[in-house]
Amino acid sequence: MFGPLACKPGSSVNNKTGSWRVESRPVFLHKNCIGCKMCVTVCPEGCVSGPGKNAMEVDLAFCKGCGMCALICPKKDIEMVKEETQK
Amino acid sequence: MKELLEGSMVVAKAIKLCRPGVVSAYPITPQTHIVEHLAQMVADGELDSQFVNVESEHSAASVVLGSEATGVRSYSATSSQGLLLMAEVIYNIAGMRLPLVMTDANRAISAPINIWNDQQDTISLRDAGWIQIYAEDNQEALDFHILAYRLAEDKNIMLPVMVCMDGFILTHGIETVDMPTQEQVDKFLPPYKALYKLDVDNPQTLGPLADPDCYTEARYAIHATQKKALELIPELTAEFAKVFGREYNGLIEGYQLKDAERVIVAMGSVCGTIKDVIDELRQKGKKVGLLKITSFRPFPAQQIYDALKNISKVAVLDRAVSLGGGAPLATEVKAAFFGKTRSPKVISSVVAGLGGRDITKDTVKDIYSMLTQKEKACEFMDLKPELLKENYE
Amino acid sequence: MSNHLFNSGHTACAGCGQSLAVRLVIDAAGKNTIVANNTGCLEVFSTKYPETSWEVPFIHSLFENAPAVASGIESALKYLGKKDSVNVIAEAGDGGTADIGLQSLSGMWERGHDVLYICYDNEAYMNTGIQRSGLTPFSADTTTTPKGAKSSGNLRYKKPMPEIAMAHGIPYVATSSIGFPQDIVRKVKKAFTIKGPKYLQIHVPCPLGWSYPSAKSVDMGKLAVDTGLYPLIEYEYGKLSVRKITPKPVDEYLKAQGRFKHLWNNPDGIKKVQEVADNNIAKYGLKAEPQPEQPAV
Repeated sequence: MFGPLACKPGSSVNNKTGSWRVESRPVFLHKNCIGCKMCVTVCPEGCVSGPGKNAMEVDLAFCKGCGMCALICPKKDIEMVKEETQK
Repeated sequence: MKELLEGSMVVAKAIKLCRPGVVSAYPITPQTHIVEHLAQMVADGELDSQFVNVESEHSAASVVLGSEATGVRSYSATSSQGLLLMAEVIYNIAGMRLPLVMTDANRAISAPINIWNDQQDTISLRDAGWIQIYAEDNQEALDFHILAYRLAEDKNIMLPVMVCMDGFILTHGIETVDMPTQEQVDKFLPPYKALYKLDVDNPQTLGPLADPDCYTEARYAIHATQKKALELIPELTAEFAKVFGREYNGLIEGYQLKDAERVIVAMGSVCGTIKDVIDELRQKGKKVGLLKITSFRPFPAQQIYDALKNISKVAVLDRAVSLGGGAPLATEVKAAFFGKTRSPKVISSVVAGLGGRDITKDTVKDIYSMLTQKEKACEFMDLKPELLKENYE
Repeated sequence: MSNHLFNSGHTACAGCGQSLAVRLVIDAAGKNTIVANNTGCLEVFSTKYPETSWEVPFIHSLFENAPAVASGIESALKYLGKKDSVNVIAEAGDGGTADIGLQSLSGMWERGHDVLYICYDNEAYMNTGIQRSGLTPFSADTTTTPKGAKSSGNLRYKKPMPEIAMAHGIPYVATSSIGFPQDIVRKVKKAFTIKGPKYLQIHVPCPLGWSYPSAKSVDMGKLAVDTGLYPLIEYEYGKLSVRKITPKPVDEYLKAQGRFKHLWNNPDGIKKVQEVADNNIAKYGLKAEPQPEQPAV
């Protein structure tokens, strides 16, 4: 029986939305980061993570390049750079 | 045990025996008594159920959708306008493969507003994927609700079941019924074990978006399951007979078919009247019979074919009409014979009893008489032509 | 990578305010939560068979019935004796809440179900193409209240959903915004300490529908609050508390979004929107009192 189309939890991780990026990607400079983790809080994809000071990372497999992390960082430690044409 | 009860109370007691965990409904004549009786049972502590008084039928159906999705056997009841208001939820429940059982007290559809019995309401939802069973009398209404839960919750089915009973005629009719015991029902109907549900220990997503890549398969699956139900229903009724001592075919019932020359095909309480007329006419040597349809969905085309292929004249009596088209039951019965080598010489289509107009024994006799004439297409048997002369100039 | 209950891989627009709010909400609610969701952007971008972003049990039924479905889930949990250990959330967009779903929501509140209802307010029917809803703000340009030679956008004011919730006598009513992410988390956690119906309306800016660069969603949320256009209020058992603001003029907010472009050179139009903000500030007492001068020592 092909039933109610129930989906297994969290299976969306199979969809690598990083392929959406066309303009820019975030680069974490790891220079002035104070580990406030606002970048983790505001990322709509939930793909920023890390233990703390100067050690935060983005999972580019999912990052859509929206730029919210760069804008929110109080120490301007995240830069949006042009997406390379070759990945 | 034999009890003399109003039809609504029969249904309420049958539901109580099935032990639903959540009951939710919105009042609409002539379903009201069923739900009121259940409310009283809950209030008196006789029924351990969450009783949810909702603000519309759309919400009633949605509440029981939510509770079935959480793995709890649930119940609702409605009629006519209420059924149409919850129509999109009805489709939703079937599409989500939730084994809900719901009573529909068959009633005519507005406009013009009319609270009396015909079958237009449930017939108009025949495409939704629900199994639809029609009761002839209150004993069938009782038994079919118990059967319905067992059928719906079968692992190979997992489709909702609508038990249709003629409004007022059955819901408010007082009959003697044989009420089973709780032990008998518990033996036939085990507790509901959901194949999939909302459970924090095993999280799943239900009701996702299905794009063109997978929607077709979901619909095909329901269609295929309905065909499986055609096989399963007679198996379940055989088991039912062993536990409760009453036999049903579950799909069709033939009455005096063996040597019949003229047969009426019908659904619901009118079959009782037809059987009385047959008994009378048989006394006079007339070879007449009845084919009662119990299961409208799945439609038992093969069983109907086998029952009628050697009958020379058939009239299909519809208590509904597809305005601008034909009569729904007749259309499907005729289709069962198309392209086959054997078939009745005449399959006439007649419509009667809309909006609660009584189908009297005389009307039934007229149908049998009319079968000596040319084939009729969607003939309104009890029309009052004098009422049609209205002028707005 | 993921210790979230709402995973990456969903197909929301880059910078989507709602996807951010959803993750904050469900992480705050925890894994013992069941979610019922109306049709809208969220359901479409997070549950496309066979993929789902949800790590908790989730059900989508129709456009207007999440409150009724949640009522059924809550009743089933009560029957099973499990209600005390499971949170139930019903959620929808602004259209699904204030318009088509209002009856179902009102019924759930009136019956007193122990459910947190969340309205993700992006101020239009975004999923179907930016059409106007009952929560579209005054003067906004939408596809069904477009600006034109004879029109300056939406002529109506936001339906007062928090007041409608309060009128039902429910114990917890609040608004929040992705401009203040910690506020969302605090309010969700607070809501689940209270038994009974709860309402939380979260402002979730939409880069596509409002026409602003995707990076600025959080900024838009902050501005809406700081101008007084989106008051951050909280009613706990009827007692009101607010987030005080030093009001900014609405110009900055309007000029940052393409949906108000027709107002950019229209001082009269801006003045009318300023009135809306001023009314909110007066009504809720939003204005922060200036701190008294410290005496020089």
